Amino acid sequence: MPRPPTMLDISDLKVFYGPIEAVHGISLCVPEGQCVTLLGPNGAGKSSTISAICGTVKTSGSVKFLGQDLANTDVEDRVRAGISVSPEGRRVFSNLSVEANLLLGAGIRRDRDAIRADIERWFRTFPILGDRRRQMAGTLSGGEQQMLAIARALMSKPRILLLDEPSLGLAPRIVSQIFEMIEQLKQDGMTILLVEQNARQALRISDYAYLLNTGTIQAEGPASSFGQNDELMAKLTGLG
Amino acid sequence: MEYILQQFINALSFGAEYALLALGLAIVFSVMGLVNFAHGEVIAIGGYTMVAFATLVTANPWIIILGSVVAAALTSVLLERVAFRPVRYADPTTGLLTAFGVSIVLQNLFLLFVSPRPIAVTSLYFLDVPVDLFGIRISSLQLFETLATLVVIVALTLFLKRTIWGLAMQGASLDFQMVRLMGIRANRVFALAFLISGLLAGLACIFIMARRGSVDPHLGFNPVLMAFVACVVGGFGSLPGAVLGGFLLGIVQVAMLVLLPQEYGGMKDAFVFGIIALILVWRPNGILSPPVEKGDKV
Ligand SMILES: Nc1ncnc2c1ncn2[C@@H]1O[C@H](COP(=O)(O)OP(=O)(O)OP(=O)(O)O)[C@@H](O)[C@H]1O
Ligand SMILES: [Mg+2]
Repeated sequence: MPRPPTMLDISDLKVFYGPIEAVHGISLCVPEGQCVTLLGPNGAGKSSTISAICGTVKTSGSVKFLGQDLANTDVEDRVRAGISVSPEGRRVFSNLSVEANLLLGAGIRRDRDAIRADIERWFRTFPILGDRRRQMAGTLSGGEQQMLAIARALMSKPRILLLDEPSLGLAPRIVSQIFEMIEQLKQDGMTILLVEQNARQALRISDYAYLLNTGTIQAEGPASSFGQNDELMAKLTGLG
Repeated sequence: MEYILQQFINALSFGAEYALLALGLAIVFSVMGLVNFAHGEVIAIGGYTMVAFATLVTANPWIIILGSVVAAALTSVLLERVAFRPVRYADPTTGLLTAFGVSIVLQNLFLLFVSPRPIAVTSLYFLDVPVDLFGIRISSLQLFETLATLVVIVALTLFLKRTIWGLAMQGASLDFQMVRLMGIRANRVFALAFLISGLLAGLACIFIMARRGSVDPHLGFNPVLMAFVACVVGGFGSLPGAVLGGFLLGIVQVAMLVLLPQEYGGMKDAFVFGIIALILVWRPNGILSPPVEKGDKV
């Protein structure tokens, strides 16, 4: 099978918080239409990597999206170029209704009717969100907020979706539901970079995986080979 | 009975003016966490523009009014651009000091290049005529002021709830970075907040000038102080809080005026602020202080 073209290409990426270097020159790539997982324990630098792609932290090295270096691209323009994120901690707008959250997600679009249609589609996918469309997002349960955060991220019609620990702190039944959704997205052709501590479920739906620890990549390979590496899995499940 | 109604309308119109002023502060604070003490100077710019228009351009009061509102709005946007943008993501103290700095610089510019003395503008007196309303005599200005504030509240509510920019501003009050991560331009959100704030300052300026009939370099001091108090009482950052705080301040002021015996009249403000202090003992963050959590529920 020919390798699909690269959508996101990161090389020698370092992330800085003031004088602290949190990510020490990592390289990774996400091919179009694939789901790539970034595994790793707390503090490994996973969220920092996501933030670097979004442009919200100070970095060095290069982040290329569709062949274009993003070094001088603002946060907003990255979204407009097709990068969208469901961030760590979900960060739904708790003072706005579910519907308003989705409308803001579509803030860069001008096709009103299509936006409406997309919102209705999400309400069919997650009837629970539809039932609560006028409710403040802050009153939703953690799982509902996560679904909303992902749906909101997709409202901008991104080329690539960044998901930072979508299963964190959720009940097993909700976790399966979230992973089913991600799998469905992938089948529909979405390119996904997934950050997870839930290694088993993440590897099941991924094509390729990286293991990040203390700011460096310690292992990488096709998701299936990750799954077969018992020693690695023992370590990973121990973490998750 | 008539007396009570009269005082009620007084309280309402005072409150309306404070609400208008407080909204101007609150809208900027809600998106950028900045208490813009230069808001008063934006009002003064509106006043000086009236002078300039009345003496140099036209006697038509509507054009004078329009000119002053536009000038206030543009000034506000300009201040964001040159003074507040560089400290946008700095800590609140830096922003506060910047606002004080801007306020002082503008006041001194008025002193140096215009005049330290009040300059009269008579073009707006026509707004202030006595009218009979249900048998009581009130000033038309009070009526206009109350109505204008109600219109502003309705318009602002519709804007915030019905437009994407309104939603973005509400979202920004909670998590600005997340709004940027929706692809919505931070620069536009900030500019818009200052534009609205400037329009509100311009509107307030009309009523202040119509009542006082003159402008001096310190025109904005008292209004911005009242706006600040109203915001503190209502809960800083909350727009409904600003409105509530404004009206409450108006009611308390008029109540003190009415209830205090003659010999305590000079202590009216002390009593007003005493009551305000009591409210803050009851609700230290203001009555409608917005929640601080960022909505991440685990
Ligand atoms: N805003 C910040 N200021 C200073 N240091 C930070 C900041 N954010 C993260 N760090 C540090 O950077 C390192 C990587 O953090 P990061 O959040 O990227 O880890 P993570 O892999 O996402 O962990 P988790 O699984 O807990 O979310 C940590 O050592 C953390 O303390
Ligand atoms: Mg993280």
